[in-house]
Amino acid sequence: MSMERFEYDNKIVRNFAFATGIWGVVGMLVGLIVALQIFEPMMNGFLAFIGIDAQYTSFGRIRPLHTNAIIFAFVGKGIFMGVNHSLQRHCMFSDLLSKLHFWGWQLIIVSAAITLPLGYTTSKEYAELEWPIDIAITLIWVIFGINMIGTIMKRREKHMYVAIWFYLATFFTVALLHVVNSFEIPVTMFKSYSVFAGVQDALVQWWYGHNAVAFFLTTPYLGLMYYYLPKAAYRPVFSYRLSIIHFWALIFIYIWAGPHHLLYNSLPDWAQSLGSVFSIMLLAPSWGGMLNGLLTLRGAWDRVRQDPILKFMVVAVTAYGMATFEGPLLSLKSVNALSHFTDWTIAHVHIGGLGWNGFLTFGVMYWLIPRIYRTDLYSVKLANLHFWVGTLGFLFYAFPMY
Amino acid sequence: MSVIYILIIIGILFSGSFLLAFFWAVQSGQYDDDFTPAVRILYDDQQPASRADSNIQSETIIKNANSTDTEMED
Repeated sequence: MSMERFEYDNKIVRNFAFATGIWGVVGMLVGLIVALQIFEPMMNGFLAFIGIDAQYTSFGRIRPLHTNAIIFAFVGKGIFMGVNHSLQRHCMFSDLLSKLHFWGWQLIIVSAAITLPLGYTTSKEYAELEWPIDIAITLIWVIFGINMIGTIMKRREKHMYVAIWFYLATFFTVALLHVVNSFEIPVTMFKSYSVFAGVQDALVQWWYGHNAVAFFLTTPYLGLMYYYLPKAAYRPVFSYRLSIIHFWALIFIYIWAGPHHLLYNSLPDWAQSLGSVFSIMLLAPSWGGMLNGLLTLRGAWDRVRQDPILKFMVVAVTAYGMATFEGPLLSLKSVNALSHFTDWTIAHVHIGGLGWNGFLTFGVMYWLIPRIYRTDLYSVKLANLHFWVGTLGFLFYAFPMY
Repeated sequence: MSVIYILIIIGILFSGSFLLAFFWAVQSGQYDDDFTPAVRILYDDQQPASRADSNIQSETIIKNANSTDTEMED
């Protein structure tokens, strides 16, 4: 028996980690500007005063920049960082594809950051980017997929850890959603019209939109949770069997929940109700998964007190639980009648986006970077400060809105 | 509402293929062992500088895992 030697491409992980950090700062900064504009609409005039043309920083253009930067740049890079790192542990298929994937995605994000303030938009939420960028997204996403599936095919370990299933579902479903929702007729280089019209377009849009939340913000991050939380806690996941049930139940139910974004409009009533029913059903797998994550820490709560990585992860999983409790609640027609067009919705998405995605990203980065550099965290105190400022920040942010 | 039929068909085809993947996973024995995979991921080649010399954690894990025969030989 000879020693086998394995090499991992840590550079790609490092690149994605840096990009996650940088785009996180950009995305949140733009978010701050948006928030200030809501509080004080004159802010936009102020920007004009310092020499920035007010049209480029107006709320309607900057808000999609914030959502796109957070979802596709910050969280997207976080996904690629985690997938490229954790999947190798079980080596990427092709380092060239990894590079193409990294730089291609960067280019997409940069083009989004340029075209959105210029006012190029399809006006579909989370799918605002115009058709040339849509095509680029498809190509780069397929490169990501080939690289990931190639890696899985040549794995040395027969069993596919549950995280891999979450990554696979992410790839296939996002590809399908993006392609169908982007059926559009280009009229000029930067303007296109959706082939669907009226309420049909709305249905396709929210079938996409809700599942972007499900398969871009949730499933890949659950994969990360099932990999990095046990690693950070030095404990196997509470119940591996439950994690498998969590996966299959979640993906079969999630795809049908989209119509809950279209309550009380011209969508047929039965379709609205169906969306609500599936949303309520989602409570079971979501909370099963959340409890599975938290129970993994049984007997390790003393370490949670000391280890900022675990603290970040605990808050992330708890936020996942909160957001997935609120989701079904908000999808009920009677609740939605009250909550719609209020700040509740914004609080809800930030518990998900910042609490769940953001904090898990921070936890994973604090765990991963010292390992790929074989060094120690510069300052645990600073990480703790980050944790407390972050936690108090998003709680103070969300609660007044409730 | 013709688009809803298209979405339902796409949805069913898609969940159908996931269902096939599920059957494949069960048939091929992916889920026969629901203990070792969770433990196996805990072995790691990389540690931060300060932990590189302490293997206490991983030893306890190995002790537990040996009871169900992991693939330590590979």
